[in-house]
Amino acid sequence: MSINYDLIPWHAAAGGVTIGIAVALLLLFNGRIAGISGIVGGLCRMQKGDISWRIAFICGLILSVVVWKSFFALPLIQIETSHVMLVLAGLLVGYGTRFGSGCTSGHGVCGISRHSPRSIAATAVFMLTGFATVYLIRHVF
Amino acid sequence: MLSVTSLLAGVVFGLGIIGSGMVNPAIVLAFLDITGDWDTALLWVMGGAVTVGSIAFALAKKRKQSFLGSSMQIPAVTKIDSRLLAGSFMFGVGWGIAGICPGPALVLIGTGSNDAVIFLVAMLAGMGIYQITQDHS
Repeated sequence: MSINYDLIPWHAAAGGVTIGIAVALLLLFNGRIAGISGIVGGLCRMQKGDISWRIAFICGLILSVVVWKSFFALPLIQIETSHVMLVLAGLLVGYGTRFGSGCTSGHGVCGISRHSPRSIAATAVFMLTGFATVYLIRHVF
Repeated sequence: MLSVTSLLAGVVFGLGIIGSGMVNPAIVLAFLDITGDWDTALLWVMGGAVTVGSIAFALAKKRKQSFLGSSMQIPAVTKIDSRLLAGSFMFGVGWGIAGICPGPALVLIGTGSNDAVIFLVAMLAGMGIYQITQDHS
Protein backbone atom coordinates (compact mmCIF):
# COMPACT_ATOMS: atom_id res chain seq x y z
CA MET A 1 0.00 0.00 0.00
CA SER A 2 1.35 3.43 -0.88
CA ILE A 3 0.70 6.60 1.03
CA ASN A 4 -0.28 9.72 -0.87
CA TYR A 5 1.93 12.27 0.84
CA ASP A 6 0.19 15.12 -1.01
CA LEU A 7 -2.88 14.55 1.15
CA ILE A 8 -1.01 15.14 4.40
CA PRO A 9 -1.34 18.75 5.65
CA TRP A 10 2.34 19.20 6.47
CA HIS A 11 1.97 22.81 7.59
CA ALA A 12 -0.59 21.66 10.18
CA ALA A 13 1.73 18.94 11.49
CA ALA A 14 4.68 21.37 11.53
CA GLY A 15 2.57 23.93 13.41
CA GLY A 16 1.66 21.19 15.87
CA VAL A 17 5.32 20.31 16.41
CA THR A 18 5.98 24.03 17.04
CA ILE A 19 3.22 24.08 19.66
CA GLY A 20 4.80 20.97 21.20
CA ILE A 21 8.16 22.78 21.42
CA ALA A 22 6.43 25.68 23.25
CA VAL A 23 4.87 23.17 25.68
CA ALA A 24 8.33 21.65 26.25
CA LEU A 25 9.90 25.09 26.86
CA LEU A 26 7.36 26.16 29.48
CA LEU A 27 7.40 22.73 31.13
CA LEU A 28 11.15 22.19 31.33
CA PHE A 29 12.22 25.79 32.06
CA ASN A 30 9.28 26.98 34.17
CA GLY A 31 7.82 23.70 35.42
CA ARG A 32 4.43 24.81 34.15
CA ILE A 33 1.68 23.35 31.99
CA ALA A 34 1.00 25.38 28.83
CA GLY A 35 -2.76 25.45 29.29
CA ILE A 36 -3.97 28.82 28.06
CA SER A 37 -7.23 28.97 30.00
CA GLY A 38 -5.37 28.07 33.20
CA ILE A 39 -2.62 30.62 32.56
CA VAL A 40 -5.18 33.41 31.95
CA GLY A 41 -7.61 32.30 34.67
CA GLY A 42 -4.83 31.98 37.24
CA LEU A 43 -4.34 35.75 37.05
CA CYS A 44 -7.57 36.17 39.05
CA ARG A 45 -5.91 34.69 42.12
CA MET A 46 -3.37 37.57 42.21
CA GLN A 47 -0.78 35.47 44.05
CA LYS A 48 2.58 37.17 44.53
CA GLY A 49 5.28 35.69 42.29
CA ASP A 50 2.66 33.97 40.16
CA ILE A 51 1.67 36.86 37.93
CA SER A 52 4.58 37.98 35.73
CA TRP A 53 5.19 34.65 33.97
CA ARG A 54 1.49 34.47 33.10
CA ILE A 55 1.45 37.98 31.65
CA ALA A 56 4.70 37.26 29.78
CA PHE A 57 3.20 34.14 28.17
CA ILE A 58 0.03 36.01 27.16
CA CYS A 59 2.12 38.85 25.68
CA GLY A 60 4.14 36.24 23.80
CA LEU A 61 1.01 34.79 22.23
CA ILE A 62 -0.13 38.24 21.07
CA LEU A 63 3.37 39.27 19.91
CA SER A 64 3.78 36.07 17.90
CA VAL A 65 1.73 37.79 15.19
CA VAL A 66 4.38 40.54 14.91
CA VAL A 67 7.16 37.94 14.76
CA TRP A 68 5.29 35.92 12.12
CA LYS A 69 4.63 39.04 10.02
CA SER A 70 8.31 39.91 9.91
CA PHE A 71 8.93 36.68 7.97
CA PHE A 72 5.68 35.70 6.26
CA ALA A 73 2.27 37.06 5.32
CA LEU A 74 -0.51 36.26 7.78
CA PRO A 75 -2.80 33.45 6.65
CA LEU A 76 -6.41 34.19 5.79
CA ILE A 77 -8.58 34.74 8.86
CA GLN A 78 -12.34 34.29 8.52
CA ILE A 79 -14.70 34.99 11.42
CA GLU A 80 -18.26 34.67 10.17
CA THR A 81 -19.98 34.32 13.55
CA SER A 82 -22.38 37.16 14.49
CA HIS A 83 -21.45 39.45 17.36
CA VAL A 84 -24.24 38.08 19.57
CA MET A 85 -23.06 34.52 18.99
CA LEU A 86 -19.42 35.54 19.56
CA VAL A 87 -20.42 36.88 22.98
CA LEU A 88 -22.31 33.68 23.80
CA ALA A 89 -19.40 31.54 22.59
CA GLY A 90 -16.88 33.59 24.57
CA LEU A 91 -18.89 33.29 27.78
CA LEU A 92 -19.21 29.51 27.35
CA VAL A 93 -15.52 29.08 26.52
CA GLY A 94 -14.42 31.27 29.45
CA TYR A 95 -16.73 29.74 32.05
CA GLY A 96 -16.53 26.18 30.71
CA THR A 97 -12.74 25.99 30.51
CA ARG A 98 -12.40 27.24 34.11
CA PHE A 99 -15.16 24.95 35.39
CA GLY A 100 -13.64 21.98 33.53
CA SER A 101 -10.04 22.96 34.42
CA GLY A 102 -8.73 23.21 30.88
CA CYS A 103 -9.07 23.77 27.15
CA THR A 104 -7.59 22.50 23.89
CA SER A 105 -4.04 23.22 25.10
CA GLY A 106 -4.19 22.17 28.77
CA HIS A 107 -6.34 19.06 28.34
CA GLY A 108 -5.95 18.45 24.60
CA VAL A 109 -2.22 18.87 24.08
CA CYS A 110 -0.61 18.72 27.54
CA GLY A 111 -3.06 16.28 29.12
CA ILE A 112 -2.86 13.76 26.30
CA SER A 113 0.95 14.15 26.21
CA ARG A 114 1.14 13.09 29.85
CA HIS A 115 -1.47 10.33 29.31
CA SER A 116 -3.92 11.79 31.88
CA PRO A 117 -7.22 9.86 31.77
CA ARG A 118 -8.94 13.00 33.10
CA SER A 119 -7.69 15.12 30.21
CA ILE A 120 -8.44 12.41 27.65
CA ALA A 121 -12.04 12.32 28.96
CA ALA A 122 -12.29 16.13 28.86
CA THR A 123 -10.91 16.24 25.30
CA ALA A 124 -13.36 13.57 24.16
CA VAL A 125 -16.24 15.55 25.68
CA PHE A 126 -15.38 18.95 24.18
CA MET A 127 -14.61 17.46 20.77
CA LEU A 128 -17.84 15.47 20.63
CA THR A 129 -19.79 18.50 21.90
CA GLY A 130 -18.04 20.66 19.29
CA PHE A 131 -18.99 18.16 16.54
CA ALA A 132 -22.60 18.14 17.75
CA THR A 133 -22.80 21.94 17.99
CA VAL A 134 -21.48 22.49 14.46
CA TYR A 135 -23.78 19.76 13.17
CA LEU A 136 -26.81 21.44 14.74
CA ILE A 137 -25.85 24.95 13.55
CA ARG A 138 -24.89 23.98 9.98
CA HIS A 139 -27.11 21.05 9.14
CA VAL A 140 -30.22 21.24 11.32
CA PHE A 141 -31.18 24.83 12.03
CA MET B 1 14.31 34.74 33.91
CA LEU B 2 11.10 32.76 34.34
CA SER B 3 9.26 35.55 32.55
CA VAL B 4 11.76 35.53 29.68
CA THR B 5 11.36 31.81 29.01
CA SER B 6 7.60 32.18 29.44
CA LEU B 7 7.49 35.02 26.90
CA LEU B 8 9.55 32.90 24.50
CA ALA B 9 7.23 29.90 25.02
CA GLY B 10 4.24 32.17 24.32
CA VAL B 11 5.76 33.45 21.08
CA VAL B 12 6.64 29.92 19.91
CA PHE B 13 3.16 28.68 20.87
CA GLY B 14 1.59 31.53 18.88
CA LEU B 15 3.79 30.84 15.85
CA GLY B 16 2.55 27.24 15.98
CA ILE B 17 -1.07 28.41 16.09
CA ILE B 18 -0.52 30.72 13.10
CA GLY B 19 1.62 28.30 11.07
CA SER B 20 -0.76 25.39 11.60
CA GLY B 21 -3.65 27.48 10.28
CA MET B 22 -5.56 27.16 13.56
CA VAL B 23 -5.57 30.95 13.96
CA ASN B 24 -8.37 30.90 11.37
CA PRO B 25 -11.65 29.94 13.09
CA ALA B 26 -13.05 28.77 9.73
CA ILE B 27 -10.45 25.96 9.62
CA VAL B 28 -11.29 24.90 13.18
CA LEU B 29 -15.01 24.85 12.33
CA ALA B 30 -14.22 22.81 9.19
CA PHE B 31 -12.64 20.20 11.50
CA LEU B 32 -15.68 20.21 13.77
CA ASP B 33 -18.00 19.80 10.76
CA ILE B 34 -17.57 16.03 10.46
CA THR B 35 -20.68 15.50 8.34
CA GLY B 36 -19.73 18.35 5.98
CA ASP B 37 -16.54 18.82 3.97
CA TRP B 38 -14.38 17.48 6.82
CA ASP B 39 -10.95 19.11 7.21
CA THR B 40 -8.67 16.91 9.34
CA ALA B 41 -5.94 19.56 9.79
CA LEU B 42 -6.61 20.00 13.52
CA LEU B 43 -5.90 16.30 14.12
CA TRP B 44 -2.48 16.72 12.50
CA VAL B 45 -1.81 19.73 14.72
CA MET B 46 -2.73 17.69 17.80
CA GLY B 47 -0.61 14.77 16.56
CA GLY B 48 2.46 16.95 16.05
CA ALA B 49 2.03 18.72 19.38
CA VAL B 50 1.41 15.52 21.37
CA THR B 51 4.43 13.80 19.78
CA VAL B 52 6.79 16.51 21.04
CA GLY B 53 4.76 17.02 24.22
CA SER B 54 5.04 13.33 25.18
CA ILE B 55 8.83 13.52 25.05
CA ALA B 56 8.77 16.70 27.14
CA PHE B 57 6.53 15.16 29.84
CA ALA B 58 8.62 11.97 29.90
CA LEU B 59 11.69 14.14 30.61
CA ALA B 60 9.78 16.27 33.13
CA LYS B 61 8.65 13.23 35.11
CA LYS B 62 12.25 12.46 36.04
CA ARG B 63 12.87 15.97 37.37
CA LYS B 64 12.11 17.51 40.75
CA GLN B 65 12.89 21.02 39.53
CA SER B 66 12.79 22.85 36.23
CA PHE B 67 16.00 23.92 34.45
CA LEU B 68 15.57 27.31 36.14
CA GLY B 69 15.10 25.77 39.59
CA SER B 70 11.34 26.31 39.94
CA SER B 71 9.09 23.51 41.15
CA MET B 72 7.46 21.20 38.61
CA GLN B 73 3.74 21.97 38.83
CA ILE B 74 2.07 19.08 37.08
CA PRO B 75 -1.58 18.39 38.03
CA ALA B 76 -2.01 15.49 40.41
CA VAL B 77 -5.81 15.24 40.22
CA THR B 78 -6.95 12.02 38.57
CA LYS B 79 -10.67 11.89 39.32
CA ILE B 80 -13.03 12.21 36.35
CA ASP B 81 -15.87 14.12 38.00
CA SER B 82 -19.02 15.88 36.87
CA ARG B 83 -17.34 19.29 37.00
CA LEU B 84 -14.73 18.20 34.47
CA LEU B 85 -17.35 16.79 32.13
CA ALA B 86 -19.86 19.65 32.51
CA GLY B 87 -17.17 22.31 32.03
CA SER B 88 -15.79 20.52 28.97
CA PHE B 89 -19.34 20.24 27.61
CA MET B 90 -19.87 24.01 27.95
CA PHE B 91 -16.48 24.70 26.38
CA GLY B 92 -17.33 22.36 23.48
CA VAL B 93 -20.57 24.23 22.75
CA GLY B 94 -18.79 27.62 22.75
CA TRP B 95 -15.95 26.21 20.62
CA GLY B 96 -18.48 24.81 18.16
CA ILE B 97 -20.28 28.15 17.87
CA ALA B 98 -17.25 30.32 17.05
CA GLY B 99 -14.36 27.94 16.29
CA ILE B 100 -12.20 29.89 18.75
CA CYS B 101 -10.50 28.50 21.88
CA PRO B 102 -8.41 30.51 24.39
CA GLY B 103 -5.01 30.24 22.62
CA PRO B 104 -6.13 31.37 19.17
CA ALA B 105 -8.33 34.05 20.83
CA LEU B 106 -5.20 35.76 22.16
CA VAL B 107 -3.27 35.33 18.90
CA LEU B 108 -6.24 36.82 17.02
CA ILE B 109 -5.99 39.91 19.26
CA GLY B 110 -2.52 40.41 17.78
CA THR B 111 -3.99 40.43 14.27
CA GLY B 112 -6.16 43.42 15.19
CA SER B 113 -9.46 41.65 14.65
CA ASN B 114 -12.43 43.48 16.23
CA ASP B 115 -14.44 40.25 16.33
CA ALA B 116 -11.64 38.67 18.37
CA VAL B 117 -11.85 41.54 20.87
CA ILE B 118 -15.59 40.85 21.31
CA PHE B 119 -14.89 37.14 21.84
CA LEU B 120 -11.99 37.76 24.24
CA VAL B 121 -13.92 40.24 26.41
CA ALA B 122 -16.80 37.73 26.67
CA MET B 123 -14.33 34.92 27.44
CA LEU B 124 -12.70 36.94 30.23
CA ALA B 125 -16.18 37.78 31.54
CA GLY B 126 -16.99 34.05 31.57
CA MET B 127 -13.82 33.39 33.55
CA GLY B 128 -14.71 36.27 35.89
CA ILE B 129 -18.20 34.86 36.49
CA TYR B 130 -16.59 31.52 37.35
CA GLN B 131 -14.21 33.21 39.76
CA ILE B 132 -17.01 35.11 41.52
CA THR B 133 -19.40 32.17 41.76
CA GLN B 134 -16.94 29.44 42.74
CA ASP B 135 -15.61 29.14 46.25
CA HIS B 136 -11.93 28.30 46.25
CA SER B 137 -11.59 27.53 49.91
